[in-house]
Amino acid sequence: MNDMTFTERAVTTDEIKITARDVQVHYGETHAIKDVSVDILDKTVTAFIGPSGCGKSTFLRCLNRMNDTIDICRVDGDILLDGEDIYDKRVDPVQLRAKVGMVFQKPNPFPKSIYDNVAYGPKIHGLTRSRAELDEVVESSLRKAALWNEVKDRLHAPGTGLSGGQQQRLCIARAVATSPEVLLMDEPCSALDPIATAQVEELIDELRANFSVVIVTHSMQQAARVSQKTAFFHLGNLVEYDDTDKIFTNPTDPRTESYITGRIG
Amino acid sequence: MSDATLHDAQPTKRSLHQIDARTKRRNAAESRFKMLGIGAIGIGIAFLIILLSTIVVNGASAFQQSFLEVPVYLDPAKLDKKGNRDPADLKKATTFTYAPLIEKGLLDAVQSAGIETPLSKTKDMKNLISSSAAAQLRDRVLADPSLIGQTVTAKILASSRVDGYLKGRVHRAEIAQDKNITVEQLDLADALIKAGILHKSFNLDFILGSDASDSRAEQAGIGVSMLGSFYMMLVVLVLALPIGVAASIYLEEFAPKNRFTDLIEVNISNLAAVPSIVFGILGLAVFIQFAHLPQSAPLVGGLVLTLMTLPTIIISTRAALKAVPPSIRDAALGIGASKMQATFHHVLPLAMPGILTGTIIGLAQALGETAPLLLIGMVGFIATNAPDGFWDGFVSPNSAMPAQIYEWAKRADPAFYERAWGGIIILLIFLLGMNIIAIILRRKFERRW
Amino acid sequence: MAVLWIAVLLAALTLGGFFAGRMRALQTAGGDPRLLHSLPSYSGMLVAMATLLPALVLYVLLVIFQANPILQIVVTAIAALIGLALSLRLIARDFRARNAVEAGIKGLLIAAASLAILTTIGIVLSLVFNTIEFFRLYPITKFFFGTEWTPSFGGGSELGILPLLWGTLYISFIALAVAVPIGLFAAIYLSEYATRSVRGVVKPLLEVLAGIPTIVYGLFALLTVGPFLLSIFGPAGPTAAFADGGWMHAGTAVMTAGLVMGIMLIPFVSSLSDDIINAVPQSLRDGSYGLGATRSETIKQVVLPAALPGIVGAELLAASRAIGETMIVVLGAGAAARLSMNPFEAMTTVTAKIVSQLTGDADFASPEALVAFSLGMTLFILTLGLNIFALYIVRKYREQYE
Repeated sequence: MNDMTFTERAVTTDEIKITARDVQVHYGETHAIKDVSVDILDKTVTAFIGPSGCGKSTFLRCLNRMNDTIDICRVDGDILLDGEDIYDKRVDPVQLRAKVGMVFQKPNPFPKSIYDNVAYGPKIHGLTRSRAELDEVVESSLRKAALWNEVKDRLHAPGTGLSGGQQQRLCIARAVATSPEVLLMDEPCSALDPIATAQVEELIDELRANFSVVIVTHSMQQAARVSQKTAFFHLGNLVEYDDTDKIFTNPTDPRTESYITGRIG
Repeated sequence: MSDATLHDAQPTKRSLHQIDARTKRRNAAESRFKMLGIGAIGIGIAFLIILLSTIVVNGASAFQQSFLEVPVYLDPAKLDKKGNRDPADLKKATTFTYAPLIEKGLLDAVQSAGIETPLSKTKDMKNLISSSAAAQLRDRVLADPSLIGQTVTAKILASSRVDGYLKGRVHRAEIAQDKNITVEQLDLADALIKAGILHKSFNLDFILGSDASDSRAEQAGIGVSMLGSFYMMLVVLVLALPIGVAASIYLEEFAPKNRFTDLIEVNISNLAAVPSIVFGILGLAVFIQFAHLPQSAPLVGGLVLTLMTLPTIIISTRAALKAVPPSIRDAALGIGASKMQATFHHVLPLAMPGILTGTIIGLAQALGETAPLLLIGMVGFIATNAPDGFWDGFVSPNSAMPAQIYEWAKRADPAFYERAWGGIIILLIFLLGMNIIAIILRRKFERRW
Repeated sequence: MAVLWIAVLLAALTLGGFFAGRMRALQTAGGDPRLLHSLPSYSGMLVAMATLLPALVLYVLLVIFQANPILQIVVTAIAALIGLALSLRLIARDFRARNAVEAGIKGLLIAAASLAILTTIGIVLSLVFNTIEFFRLYPITKFFFGTEWTPSFGGGSELGILPLLWGTLYISFIALAVAVPIGLFAAIYLSEYATRSVRGVVKPLLEVLAGIPTIVYGLFALLTVGPFLLSIFGPAGPTAAFADGGWMHAGTAVMTAGLVMGIMLIPFVSSLSDDIINAVPQSLRDGSYGLGATRSETIKQVVLPAALPGIVGAELLAASRAIGETMIVVLGAGAAARLSMNPFEAMTTVTAKIVSQLTGDADFASPEALVAFSLGMTLFILTLGLNIFALYIVRKYREQYE
């Protein structure tokens, strides 16, 4: 099994999807992110790890400008998506978020049917021209989220009625339906039981074929299992960013080593 | 691989720096929606401004009144026919005896000021003078009989038509049908203003005085009904605060979870939403028909308002008690205090600011309430006499500020409308004061646990 | 002046009882309070309570049954003395005075809480008895199905509730048509768009509207809004050309009262809806923003559908307010009972007629006065039903997100 994943990792492209340079984030008076520069690759799973409050989630939310919804948050520095500055005045965050989707810590299906949950994104962005096309998108998204077989008979039942793991996969299907280029996941398994977690992790690995996936996780095992690249954050700084194998076997920075071995965090 | 084809079918990549037409449309819809919200708030605030400015514009004039300064010769031949200055005999001279003296005094003043007017008879002066003037002068003479035989300067109320003319309410064009004033009399009023005999000044009697009959708008004041409101608030405070606090303490600190306490809870939340007029019916049936308490008494009004405000006070008191953290109770119980002692010595004092704030808000609500008072007879026209002594105030028939305002609003003479608006200014000042006290209490004692 | 005498007497006996009890407790302990089970003040309080409470209850009963004043004073005084003597004998060194006092206080607390039940019972009884009395004098079917309302104290009145109900519902409908859109959009703006500082200013300003007494709105309707509407929709207004001589003939009308009541209800609707909208979890909004939805799309397609049951509950509470409102309709709606579709015509409501039938010099036994209780009963049941239903919906909604 391990060998399998290692061979898969070899196909990782080197094409850079997101470039961040000297990113600073302030929450009111608090300096939450300090001088973070990182390159995130396409068709790769990148994991952000670090102790709680280290800024990994905050930085993730910068990548699709979710921080805009918080009044007191200020972001400086450059973040480029395919070479285009996403904080440029001309960028509409609404368009950006269609390209950079997000899955949240707690499964948050809308109080609508399963179908409507998945169809929501395509509808608001006008991605489909007919009902048949929409049906097709919903089905393919649910398939990609490995949920289709479980829900195909009850597409019009409320999404809130699913189990926790199913809800989270529904949220992934919902994010996938807008055919984003990058998928951000903020601790997507922290509210799930081990079996559901395993299903979602497997899914993440499959998603890598089509998307660049960035995942924030508090579990080092999870980072080791699903990611090819890992970034370690500590107190708002990006301490180390490298191949996952390198980080977990031979970290350069002593702080990374302390965290990996369980001395901090 | 149907998904792959689907994704390939997507339009080719667009730059983020170009906003597509659809996004533009969506953003336009966004700002339209936002404008709806701003519009709704704008309308709400505009209504508030219109309402408050209407009140101030229409009511401010109630605090000013037109007065005539008239030298009146108190003729002994008419007022004291026996010449013995005996108070019993002096009382026989009624207001009908005094009125011509005042009219004569005014006519003399007109003539000595050299005003040219076709009005040359004493009774022509009648419409200029308030019909309350004679009674006021009579009271003054009865209090000091030595005035008889002298010429005193009386500051008397002008009639409500003249007052309205000075305030711009009565216009020459509209008085053709009016029996109570003529154009010549208005001309004379203009001349009297020039001569300094007729002028407007601050009207303390509006704030302190009592209601007057339909024909004497110029004399009507809100003082007595203010007293009625005061007595009711006293009753509400004395009853609703302890009962409300006791009920809340029981429900919040002691009540077991059972059918009985559920029943109480349901009752309280429903009573909070029962229309106030239903409490009036309750008061009428229980306190007046059944218990035979006096009609129109502030005591009964206070009882009705107590029942009406109790749910409000209980709800806010419970919130205040709930806000005291359990650690305080545990601390007291931990050193051997009984549950009762923990509640009364520790929880209650800490919750007191919140309780008082809630009580003041409840009182403010009670102060503005009208409908239930009408049913128990506290209608406006009753507020004509101040009570004799403090205790009498609870039972002697009276009205309340809002009921007095309602009474004035119903009357036919528009002169009363000004008084209704003026009454509202006074009522709102009281409410404002109460709310400010509540806010200060909240700010000052607000605690962060 | 029996009241004053009894008050002085009871105060004196209670105070005396307190000190007597306290002293007695100290005596039994030989002056050393440490030997007592309870602090000596508790013994004092126990005696005071035993003196005051039974006597007070007895006095209230005597007043209700209208005993003669001398009897009142004598019986009350004797009761107080008996209470004092009996309780004083209880005081001993090991007597648990504190527990007894606390049990007494708890009883008082329960009594205070039970007042809510008593009030409801009082309301129901006063409505029911008089309503039964009314239906003895006037046929129940004519009351509920009659379309004429022409009370005359000389007799021969038609007392059909339908025109009054129609006026009530019509005015409430207009009020809600004004208050719901404005209040709801204000709530949406305040909870979803407004910055903290804007919210801090606007919310209290809107709430001022809720703190203004209804008599003020009534006067505003009668003297400002009515004449204003008349100048537009009346015979002299610009719309007179469309209708024969204008739609409106007097300032008091359904529209006048409805409009002003709508203004009054704006803060009621907005603050209830605000609470409801705020209860929608932020995670749902994040989910929608994360998919690239705009704020308004999120509100329309995620927040409002999620909040819908709660908002419906809030509107129902507002409707119940509108139906029970009295002063605005008494002053603004007119006095004529009428079944008409024209909103510019004067109509009247259930509440307005309760006031007019009970404030005259009418004989309380006449059907013309008693009908007010049946109207009150109808109003009570209507608003109670709405409230219970609305609170049920709101509670269900809250539970969903807790």
